[in-house]
Formats: sequence, C-alpha cells, structure tokens
Amino acid sequence: MGRRSEPTTRRAFLKSGFALGSSLLACSSCKSEAPSRPLAPASNGKSRIVIARDPKLRPTGASLDSSRLLRVLDRAMQTMYDCDSPLEAWKKVVRPGEVVGLKVNCLAGKGNSTRPELVDAICERLQQAGIKDIVIWDRLNVDLENARFRIVERGSGIRCFGNDTLGFDPELATFGSVGSLVARTLTQVCDAVINLPVLKDHGITGVTLALKSMFGAVHNPNKYHVNVGDPYVADVNMLPPIRQKVRLTICDATAAQYEGGPSYMPQWTWPFNGLIVGRDPVALDYTGWQIIEKKRAEVGMKSLKESKREPTYITTAADSQHRLGTNDPKRLELVEV
Amino acid sequence: MSRKENSFNLEAALRRQVGTTRASPTQSIGDHLDRRAFLKVSALPCLAACAGAFVGARHAVPLLASPAAESDAQFITEAKFYEKLPYKKIKCKLCPRECVIDDQERGYCGVRENRDGTYYTLVYSRVVSAHVDPIEKKPFFHFLPGTQAFSIATAGCNVNCKMCQNWEISQIRPEQARSSHVPPQKLAALAQQYRCTSIAYTYSEPVVFYEYMVDCADAGHALGVKSAVVTGGYIHADPLKKLCHHVDAIKVDLKAYSEKFYKEVVNGELKPVLNALVMLRKQGMWTEIVYLVVPTLNDSDEEFRGLARWVRSELGLDVPVHFSRFHPEYLLKNLPPTPLEALERAKAFADAEGLHYVYIGNVPGHPAENTYCPKCHKVVVERVGYTVGAMQVRNGKCRYCQQPIAGVWHL
Repeated sequence: MGRRSEPTTRRAFLKSGFALGSSLLACSSCKSEAPSRPLAPASNGKSRIVIARDPKLRPTGASLDSSRLLRVLDRAMQTMYDCDSPLEAWKKVVRPGEVVGLKVNCLAGKGNSTRPELVDAICERLQQAGIKDIVIWDRLNVDLENARFRIVERGSGIRCFGNDTLGFDPELATFGSVGSLVARTLTQVCDAVINLPVLKDHGITGVTLALKSMFGAVHNPNKYHVNVGDPYVADVNMLPPIRQKVRLTICDATAAQYEGGPSYMPQWTWPFNGLIVGRDPVALDYTGWQIIEKKRAEVGMKSLKESKREPTYITTAADSQHRLGTNDPKRLELVEV
Repeated sequence: MSRKENSFNLEAALRRQVGTTRASPTQSIGDHLDRRAFLKVSALPCLAACAGAFVGARHAVPLLASPAAESDAQFITEAKFYEKLPYKKIKCKLCPRECVIDDQERGYCGVRENRDGTYYTLVYSRVVSAHVDPIEKKPFFHFLPGTQAFSIATAGCNVNCKMCQNWEISQIRPEQARSSHVPPQKLAALAQQYRCTSIAYTYSEPVVFYEYMVDCADAGHALGVKSAVVTGGYIHADPLKKLCHHVDAIKVDLKAYSEKFYKEVVNGELKPVLNALVMLRKQGMWTEIVYLVVPTLNDSDEEFRGLARWVRSELGLDVPVHFSRFHPEYLLKNLPPTPLEALERAKAFADAEGLHYVYIGNVPGHPAENTYCPKCHKVVVERVGYTVGAMQVRNGKCRYCQQPIAGVWHL
C-alpha cells in the first residue's frame, strides 16, 4: 500500500506507549506468548467468531471514519483474544521480527475490495506490536492499484505487491483434487499471514470469504470454480503453506454484498458497518454465509441453495478429510460487540 | 522474481537448450539447430526471444525474439464465440464447458477474461513455447510424414488432465510466463524460414487460442505452409466446423473411452469429444487419434473394445489410432509407465475390429511404429521413434499392391 511513509508516527508512538502501559496492568491471560496454533479453538472448546460493528462507521455515507474503524478493530481483537488492550491481542497473533503478510481481496476494485483504511489500522497495530516487515499482497499489482493501494515492491517497513512481482514457487503443492503453485510471497517472504477478505456473495461459489479468498495465493484459481468450488476451496486451504501460515481472518464487512459478486454491484451492497474476526476460517465462512442468507431473505431473494450455489465447500472444509474448522453452530461461539 | 533474474534464467535456459542433444517430450528449437544456426536466428531483427517461464526454469522455452513484451495490450483481442449476459456477465461458447464469467474474471482456461462485459482472449500472438519438431512427434503418421512442423503453444487449457505432460504451460495463466509477441504473419514467415511444411498448434490446448490459430493458419497458407492441430477435441460444434475451413489436419487426444475417466481425471466430458471426432470426419478433415493408456485408469478390455468398435462404426477403418505409453507426471506420479502388454492388448482389440492403422507410441523401435499396407501387409512407412525411414507410398498408394493408403502424403 505504501500510504504510510513512516513506520510509526509520533501520535501512533504515544498511542502505543499508552497501550503498552495498559498492557502491563493486564491480566495474566494476556501475557506475551508465541502465536497460538492458527486453528486452535477458544478455551471453551468452541471456535470463537467476533462480530464488531459501529453504525456510525460511515458518517457521510461513503467514506469510512478511520478512527472509528480503528476502535472497531480494537474491540474485535480484544474480544477475540480476551485481552484488555489491543496491543496484547496482537502480540498473541504475531511475534516481533516476523514478516507478516496481509492478504487482501481486491478483485472488485475500489467498489468493494478490502479497504485501505482497514489495512492502515491493522498496520498501525502490527507496528506497535513490534512488526517491522509487513507485506500487503493479492493476485495482481493492477488489482491492488484498482483498490486504491500503491505498489511498493522494495524497502523496509510496509511493502505492497501482487503475485506478479515475485511469482510462484516452482514446487507443485497438492492436496485432494488440487495441484497448484503457491505464491512466493506466501512461501518465501511471509512468516505469518492475516487474511482480509470481504463479506460478499460470489456468482459461482456462493460466497467468497476466508476460505475462497486464498484462491489468490495459487497460480490456477480458474481451475477451481467448477461444482460451486467444492471441494477445491477446501483443498486449496489444505496446501501446507496456506494451512500453516494463515493465523487470523479479519473480514472487512464495512460494506457487504449479497448478490452479484465478486464484482462490485452497488445495488446489492449494504452497509454492515463491521468486521468479522476469527481464527477458524470455516466458522467465519459459515457465519458470513448466514449473514448473507439473512440479507437475501430480507430483500426477498432466493437462498443460495435455491440459486444452486450453496457454498457446500464450507461443509467439506469441516469434514474429517480436512478439519480446517467447524461449521457446527453448537461448536461455534459467536460474540457480537 | 525480478525481471533481471528472469532474463538470467532465460540465458541459462538458452545455453542449456543449445548444448543438449537429449530427446525430451518438448524439444526446443535449440535441440534441432547447431549453435551457429541458433545464434543466427536469435540475432535476426524483430524476432523475439521467449523467456524463461515465470513459474520455473524447467520449461523455459525459448524462441527467437525481441525483448519481453512491454505491454499486455498487444496480446489482447476480443474473443469470438461468446454471449453477453445482464450485469456485465458473459457466457463463453467456445467449448462445452460454457463458463459464465463475471466482470474481471476468467474462464476455466485462464486465458480469456471478461472486461467490463466484453470477453477477450489474452493470448493472441502470445507464444510461450516454440520448437521445430518432426511431424511424427505430434504424432501425425499419415500427414506429410518425414516433414518438420513449426510447433507453437500459448499458455492455457480448457481441461486439467492429471497426467498432463506440459502442465507447466497448459495450466498457467499467460502472465505467469514470459512470452514472445509473434503475430500470425511473422509466425508463418518463421515456419517457412525453418523449412517447415506445417505449423503445429500443440503442447497446450489450441482451442483456447482459437483466434490466433485461425489467423496463423491463414497466414501460413498464404506462404504455402499447412496447419496441423493437436487438441483434446473439447470444443463446440460451431467453432470446430469453422476451424475446419482453415486448417489441414487435426489430431485428437481421446483421453479415454469412459465418462468416469473424463470426469475424474480430465475434468471434462467424453461425449462432446466423440461428437467432435464425428464432425471432423464429416467435414473431410484428416484426423488421427491418440489414446494415452494410463495404467489402471483407462486400460480395461472393455474400454479398448468399446473404443475400437466406436471408431469402426462412427469414423471408419482408415482413421489412425495411436496407443501411447504414459509416463508419470503432474498429478499422477504414483502410477508406473504403461506396461507394453497393455499397449499391445489395446492394439489387438483395434486390430480385431479391422482398423487399418493402429500404432503403439512412445516405445521407440516397436514394430507397431511402422505403417503397414492393409491389403498386402508390407511395411509402407518405416519409423524408429520420430525418424522416418523407407517410404513405400507412391501417389497415396502402396508401392507393392497399389492399395490406397489413407492420409495426406504430398503438399
């Protein structure tokens, strides 16, 4: 993105100092630790999904209020990790010295891609958590630029580029029905990845959320849209570099789309004004799918199943062959803040 | 990988290709030219060098040429055979898959893209691989035997065979490989310059670069160069029928004689391929069939018998059928190469149905590489590997008994 020329502003520094001070007083559960296993369930054995919303996120109707967005992010992260400060929450996700990738989803251009304002907020918190190298990435440079990111291929701090900059690992990664080359950004550059999809409908696979967004990490996503993406979406997420490095999903639901995706269709977009956060991509996808179904029902649209594009790959991702997470509502802890 | 690194890989790849004499499934121009000739060609103005594949150096394939493309725009032209739908969607009508594609998305082939409701091919003149090959390597055994084919490919394919030998170009998107910009007239001129009697569209799947193939065929004919297509035959009737007006021979890779195999291994369908074969015969197109025998997956007696009977009843006895040996590749590395027994069993079923020209491929030195006169049973075309020996076909007839030998034997 490169919108931030300095890794840390004075204001940000003061904020981080405050956060650090706060964290020193935090409960024992928030002490610094190595990042937990990506898909580890919450302490009650359930997969926690946090939905954080603010109805005033868009005071003028169009542009996001960045400071409100940051507060929504903080609330979501603190709730997700049971922490009193956002910094402590982030320290449960990443470790200083790691290169952290932010996998955005920019296919829909500036209309409904991962918002740079959200990425800005995440970068700010990551830097405060001691992360110096951040890589914002997606399929193509042109996609990123169309979504208002600026390409920065070199240098320290925050870089931003598509898979066309580094290409793909030459070793074929396989699982089940898929065989793909995985983006070098993921295999060779990033130690950890935070997935930042958008809450939206998909004309072929039903929805495109945490799991589907990782199609942007492989060289041949066009091969995997048949049969509503089932089992391909689940299989792609089983490829070792993806399964091992994606630690968290923060779904940009500031504006959501219930029909006509993945392209931006303003007539089917509504202000959800929130973020959906989870470590379990299956639980997150299940939750996002239900939100979209609810909205479709509200406006009198057929369900995705009736439209012959029920995202069955979510169930596949949860099955015994994949175990990428849970789609069982009883094993899902939904927290709204 | 930076562009600089890419260039370096290209040069290394070129050096390797020039120096090698090994026979590989995709030999390069360098394999067939001596060093002097190769350098001479490389130095020709306005000829572009194809660079190392972005996805890895193993398939860096090398052509003739100018610096890497400055812009993708030169490779993009509106596609044929599609239908516009509401909300900027389109439906592709080129192959039976009929992808419905949203704005900014691509079809299954990965080389056709919907841009604001208009469908474009991204691979027009975008050559990712080019070699001078014996026509026998395609294989065509009854189409101008003993001649050279200027063989090209772009990225992309409309199926995804688990045994693909060329997946590093067929299963990628065009921007994932360095390509050369080779417009049809230039390609035809190159083929002529290399004394090739034909241009072969091969390696990946020419259906996905249909527009380019048609224009190249026309440009070739203007210079007396014929066109031969190597395809999986997964194409709609209308574009196939039109294609027959432009090219001279088509070889169809019939992957199996079961829908199950097509569904599970090819990610396609058998029926449209069979329909395409029937149409080719009706159009009078010279057609040959290759059947890659994959151990345990498409090598049952039932399939061999069914195939042979279908060819006999629907296409006739004169369509050559090549049963080829499989080598473990791509997503089927767990299987062994095809046992000779399976290939000979397949041939026996075809012989039993009375097919005239049944071959065993990828087994150099096997007597079933030769063409035998269906009447007097003498060898009329002798082959070892891709090399043609004695030819006993005169004016399309057996030299010994005057039996017509089906095929295209002269320019």
